[in-house]
Amino acid sequence: MSDATSLNRRDFIVSLAGSGLVVLFRADPLFPFQEPGRLPARPSYPGDFNAYLRIGADGRTMCFVGKVELGQGSKTALAQLCAEELDVAYETVDMVMGDTEVCPWDMGTFGSLTVRQFGPVLRAAVAEARAVLLKLASEKLQVPVDRLAVKDGVVTDTGNRTRSVTYAKLVQGKRIERHLEGVPVKQVTEYTVVGKSVARKDALEKVTGRAKYAADMQFPGTLHARIVRPPAHGATLKEVETGPAERITGVRVVRDRDLVAVLHERPDVAQQARALVTASFDIPVAAVNDTTIFDHLVKAAPESRVIAESGNLQEGMRVASSVFDGTYLNSYVSHAAVETHSAIARIQDGKVTVWVSTQAPFIVKTQVAEGAGFPPDNVRVITPYVGAGFGGKTGAMQAVEAARLAKITGTPVQVVWDRAEEFFFDTFRPAAVVRIQSGLSSANKICFWDYKVYCAGEREAKQFYDAPNQRTASSGGWQGQQPPGLHPFGVGPWRAPSVNTNTFARESHVDIMAAEAGVDPVAFRVSNLSDQRMLRVLSAATDRFGWTPKRAPSGRGVGVACAIYLGTYVAACAEVEVDKATGHVQVRRVVLAQDEGVIVNPEGSRQQMEGGITMGLGYALTEEVRFSGGEVLTKNFDTYEIPRFSWVPKIEAVLIENPGVPASGCGEPPIVCMGAVIANAIFDAVGARLTQLPMNPARIKAALKT
Amino acid sequence: MLRKVSFTLNGKPVQLTVDDERMLLWVLRYDLGLTGTRFGCGEGLCGACTVIVDKDAVRSCSTPIKDVAGKRVLTIEGLSRNGDLHPLQQAFLKVNAFQCGYCTSGMIMNAYALLLRKPRPTRAEIVRAMDDNLCRCGSHVRILEAIETAAAATAGGAR
Repeated sequence: MSDATSLNRRDFIVSLAGSGLVVLFRADPLFPFQEPGRLPARPSYPGDFNAYLRIGADGRTMCFVGKVELGQGSKTALAQLCAEELDVAYETVDMVMGDTEVCPWDMGTFGSLTVRQFGPVLRAAVAEARAVLLKLASEKLQVPVDRLAVKDGVVTDTGNRTRSVTYAKLVQGKRIERHLEGVPVKQVTEYTVVGKSVARKDALEKVTGRAKYAADMQFPGTLHARIVRPPAHGATLKEVETGPAERITGVRVVRDRDLVAVLHERPDVAQQARALVTASFDIPVAAVNDTTIFDHLVKAAPESRVIAESGNLQEGMRVASSVFDGTYLNSYVSHAAVETHSAIARIQDGKVTVWVSTQAPFIVKTQVAEGAGFPPDNVRVITPYVGAGFGGKTGAMQAVEAARLAKITGTPVQVVWDRAEEFFFDTFRPAAVVRIQSGLSSANKICFWDYKVYCAGEREAKQFYDAPNQRTASSGGWQGQQPPGLHPFGVGPWRAPSVNTNTFARESHVDIMAAEAGVDPVAFRVSNLSDQRMLRVLSAATDRFGWTPKRAPSGRGVGVACAIYLGTYVAACAEVEVDKATGHVQVRRVVLAQDEGVIVNPEGSRQQMEGGITMGLGYALTEEVRFSGGEVLTKNFDTYEIPRFSWVPKIEAVLIENPGVPASGCGEPPIVCMGAVIANAIFDAVGARLTQLPMNPARIKAALKT
Repeated sequence: MLRKVSFTLNGKPVQLTVDDERMLLWVLRYDLGLTGTRFGCGEGLCGACTVIVDKDAVRSCSTPIKDVAGKRVLTIEGLSRNGDLHPLQQAFLKVNAFQCGYCTSGMIMNAYALLLRKPRPTRAEIVRAMDDNLCRCGSHVRILEAIETAAAATAGGAR
């Protein structure tokens, strides 16, 4: 919400009720969690535009969406889309997000879908509302619609400019009951708000500390819960002694089946009390660890599926003058958002309201209903600002825990995970293995490409370089459900699921072929590409970088990588410095060119690109979850190193204008090249080829020795 | 030990009767309702809970309340004066030096201490001073730019 309406959520609902708004309520479809890429183009968003917007008597527009603000700027971009289609000033649009009671259903905020998939839905709804408003204005002013013009919510008779009426006056704070069909949205050429960099809607609250996250919601009588956790996944509780904890004044202990919680009105006291609980568990024998996991994954992965195939691999092998075999590994990585999973649940009149840090409030609503035993109609999930997600906040076990404990204690209960719980329950990006066999013709053309990915998922696994004979197979997805026990803990989507793994493998392997062929890595790519959009992005990146052709390793420490992510094209160039004695890598410069079709907010897109590049340094260089069986050994930021200021290279984000293509996502694509572009630059610097992520000093030193 | 602890908080005197081993973060957030200071790691490793004690940036999650007795504590809520944003806040806002915003309070407070100590820091000095404050969204380049902008705006006279 903007400053003008910076009420807290509770006040907000009261004020809505007071204004007589008829909130459109719709039965919530209980969608199981699905891979966004496989959904139909138009999931069941409400068709009635009243679900998305309300024009207040004060002339401000409230825009209701089931999406949430994770930092990616959705609050700003969606307000821009709304302002654009309605012809109101951007500053007068107030976003209401992620509240299951007042916002229209949405599956969740992930997959860079907010603008690409939900954007058209919102635009269509708002365009219809605008058309209805024009109709109302035409009746009011007694002039035909085509004689009317709208600017900043004021409809004017172009035949007599003294005659006008505002949206606010037409609507008078009421719900609009009229509808029109087949209203077109604006053409790109008509845009006045979309495509501009506007002030972020969340800026003032965030720089003043007033922004509320789930842990900041406070209610009188709230108890803070600290929950007794198993030492390893798969462990079962044998005995628990809570006596010493209960002797602390004000402590309450709840035991409900598997849930043992220590509660106190102060979270730190609850934390101390939990430390006094002694519990014993049956712990399964550790079968795998962070070193043996790769062999395990290849053995235990489910049957593979061919997802793309063309030509004939045998034929390709026959004509190959050289053949390349490569195996690429990446470890489990954590989302490691600075805000841990948080929730506070409050029950009033049998109805539970849960404020949750989540990317998917409507999924959490179902989880709370099922997990805490409430009819779905009696569950409301409200999503304040979220301290980042990256795919790690789709489920919300903490919300279920808070609701269960609120039900048992009869008081509001807050559950905020500590950092060790965050690492323990995180749904990591899965460890994965990619095996590639490929061949080059005597003309240095890729004549066959045989690609198999284990456990990362198939997204963008398919080859985009020209290869007449090719096959891409995938075994096991990033959700990791099958077979049970494949992974020793939870795995799930992590910023650009599958594609960091697939891009690291593909672009490393392409680089190996270029080096063996003795061809400059950019020239090699160009000669094996006919996708014009990719060629354009690649040349945008190399031009800005000032790439000069040389075969690798040239000693300069420069690398290149390209990728496609769900319709967005990216190409990156990087320059690194490798300290051969310590194995330390310093990335000096990264240029990233991105073609995301129509650009809704250039400034927002650049922020996402800078963020993706910076975050990507981590999985490339240091991030790796250590574990032994179901025991997660990584517990805090001292042993899980995420990027710091001193790591950050000079970053140049090049946005490519491509208004002929609808807006695709911009939040995930910029991270996907980071593993490969750094690996390729390291090779160029020192001639050592790293095939396992992260490329930490120990691995670099080992690679230098071979 | 339960005892009376007095200190100055955002320019106003505060007196509390508390277990003086409790960490400042929890007292600020839950006893005093100042939620702009965030919990991130609980071990002083991320900097989301950074506040100013006298002139130094400290990790409030690891600072017992007894350590601030008689001292001046400044949190993000105390930074703006009479509704005017502090130059650091203005600069963060201007260059969009945040995404999710969760680390932002700690970043601004840590930068505040830096500018007190060193009103016109070099880029290298800013990097060194900020290096233990973690941001997961990757707003680093903009945060550095914001601190430089604020330093220039205050022309060496940080409040």
